[in-house]
Amino acid sequence: MNIVVCVKQVPDTWAERKLRPGDSTLDRESVDGVINELDEYAIEEGLRLAEAHGGEVTILTMGPQKAAESIRKALSMGCDKAVHLLDDGLAGSDSSQTSYALAQVLGQIGFDLVILGSESTDARTGLLAAMLAERLGVPQMSLASKVEVDGQAIRIERQTDYGYDKVEAGLPAVLSVVEKINEPRYPSFKGIMAAKKKPVQTLSLADAGIDPAMVGLASATTEVVSFAQRPPRQAGTVVKDEGDGGAKAAEYLAAQKFI
Amino acid sequence: MSEVLVLAEHTDGEVKKVTFELLTLARRFGEPAVVWAGSGAEAAKDRLGEFGAATVYVAAGPEFGEYVAGPKAEALAALVAEKSPAAVLVASTPEGKEVAGRLAIKTGSGVITDAVGLDEGLVAEQSIFGGAIVVQSRVKTGTPIIAVRPNSVTPQAEPGAAELVPLEVQVSDAAKGARITESVVAERGERPELTEASIVVSGGRGVGSAEQFALIERLADSLGAAVGASRAATDAGWYPHQFQVGQTGKTVAPQLYLAVGISGAIQHRAGMQTSKTIMVINKDSEAPIFELADFGVVGDLFNVVPQLVEEIGKHRQV
Ligand SMILES: Cc1cc2nc3c(=O)[nH]c(=O)nc-3n(C[C@H](O)[C@H](O)[C@H](O)COP(=O)(O)OP(=O)(O)OC[C@H]3O[C@@H](n4cnc5c(N)ncnc54)[C@H](O)[C@@H]3O)c2cc1C
Ligand SMILES: Nc1ncnc2c1ncn2[C@@H]1O[C@H](COP(=O)(O)O)[C@@H](O)[C@H]1O
Repeated sequence: MNIVVCVKQVPDTWAERKLRPGDSTLDRESVDGVINELDEYAIEEGLRLAEAHGGEVTILTMGPQKAAESIRKALSMGCDKAVHLLDDGLAGSDSSQTSYALAQVLGQIGFDLVILGSESTDARTGLLAAMLAERLGVPQMSLASKVEVDGQAIRIERQTDYGYDKVEAGLPAVLSVVEKINEPRYPSFKGIMAAKKKPVQTLSLADAGIDPAMVGLASATTEVVSFAQRPPRQAGTVVKDEGDGGAKAAEYLAAQKFI
Repeated sequence: MSEVLVLAEHTDGEVKKVTFELLTLARRFGEPAVVWAGSGAEAAKDRLGEFGAATVYVAAGPEFGEYVAGPKAEALAALVAEKSPAAVLVASTPEGKEVAGRLAIKTGSGVITDAVGLDEGLVAEQSIFGGAIVVQSRVKTGTPIIAVRPNSVTPQAEPGAAELVPLEVQVSDAAKGARITESVVAERGERPELTEASIVVSGGRGVGSAEQFALIERLADSLGAAVGASRAATDAGWYPHQFQVGQTGKTVAPQLYLAVGISGAIQHRAGMQTSKTIMVINKDSEAPIFELADFGVVGDLFNVVPQLVEEIGKHRQV
């Protein structure tokens, strides 16, 4: 099975993340980049499926030079090779444009199964799986908490607001996974050494047949009008429980008309 | 006046509250028209009319419940092509966003997710990076598609005709790729739905066990609230995952959020930071959740919560 896992490099969630005053894009330079935590589950699921059914796992990342670090980490977890879509013309792309660019590359490299995380921790749109399925014209098997592949059939448990749906489709397909699905492995020492020799193919817009007019900030389909630091919440009242904490909390609720 | 399309959220014929919130918003930008996918529109007509729906487009075929996202996006795309609406509003739920994403590609439009407000010129307000930054953004291309978080506005009644108009949609094979074979609905009980509730009581690792979550439920029931949980609590199996609040759980914005035995990690905050009033019960005065607290009690939850439940009971009696 030819599995492609889409991996995004994001600023570390624990660091302070900023938008740049000039163009309101995310400041990716000033903070450490890490693999989007939710993509680690996608990598793990890809590796497990390849282990069970045979085949290769390719990492696909669109992002600046710096994203190469995340690609190495993904390779050290056990993936076989990587494709890095790297071009200054991509800077500032929104999810629709990103889905176009990734779909172009996927069309070129081919796939049986594309696996994504449920969302990226910086953009948090959770749109990519649906957009890619739409663009590629393949089934959208999104938000899976369990996956089973059986020949050309794929079955998932799709997490819903009220529980889960059992969903089935035929390959090729786009799959996205939620964090309940597995426990991502840590890279082993052997894996880290091996990763240094694994092939990473770098593609420019021209290499991937991407129309430069359809990506990047200038042609984005949405724009940030303004942004501001949220004013800190007004400091509240904090009391220490001296045997009357519950009563004091109730008084507050009563004063605020909640009871 | 152009229409503003609102994709109705409904389960088993019951219209979700967020649909009324979307209609309330839609009225400010055009003539509100509901798009109803699946069965049950006749029964819902009156309720939709109460909140100003002028028209209800009904795509009644069974395929809307049988396949993931694709058919709904096609129904909306057909209407966008025919009516050139001023905007399309959907609920910012996982499926709502997926439908929005597919619609954006089909119509060559921009899409904004997780809006918590909409201002003049369809400028959407979003809260990003765990709530640290407030962003105003807008769609530049095509028909604005905006996914609005539940509980962002108060639904306001205004009479509308809610005229039912059947839609003929030929759903393509491409939209029917992912077939739903079974829906497993977790027991919900009598409590309000988490994302719709005006009060949410959440428990975290501090609660200690599945059995002790009964205490959180008692507090919730004394307030008529929904129960939520941190990821630490759902990962431990103390409470089912569909009640998880946070980045990889649900986003809630109730009038009152009570965090009990929760430290306030950024991923948890991302799901509750826009709550109007926040109350915290935690034994560690250094826990970051206190930064958000309008009212906090530093103390052991096993002492504070039972007393709070009792005091609420007394208030209810007077
Ligand atoms: C990719 C990713 C996604 C995530 N998504 C989510 C998400 O959606 N939702 C989420 O919640 N987390 C999420 N997390 C996890 C998050 O980082 C925290 O680990 C989690 O929120 C911690 O839960 P907690 O506050 O219940 O536990 P802890 O951090 O362990 O805090 C427990 C608190 O309980 C207090 N306490 C203990 N005993 C008592 C007592 N007897 N009385 C009073 N107080 C007591 C302690 O002082 C402490 O502050 C995510 C993490 C990652 C990496
Ligand atoms: N630049 C990118 N390169 C590769 N994969 C991406 C990129 N952006 C998003 N993805 C994938 O899409 C998923 C959902 O992201 P999003 O829709 O941005 O929340 C992520 O978990 C990744 O798997």
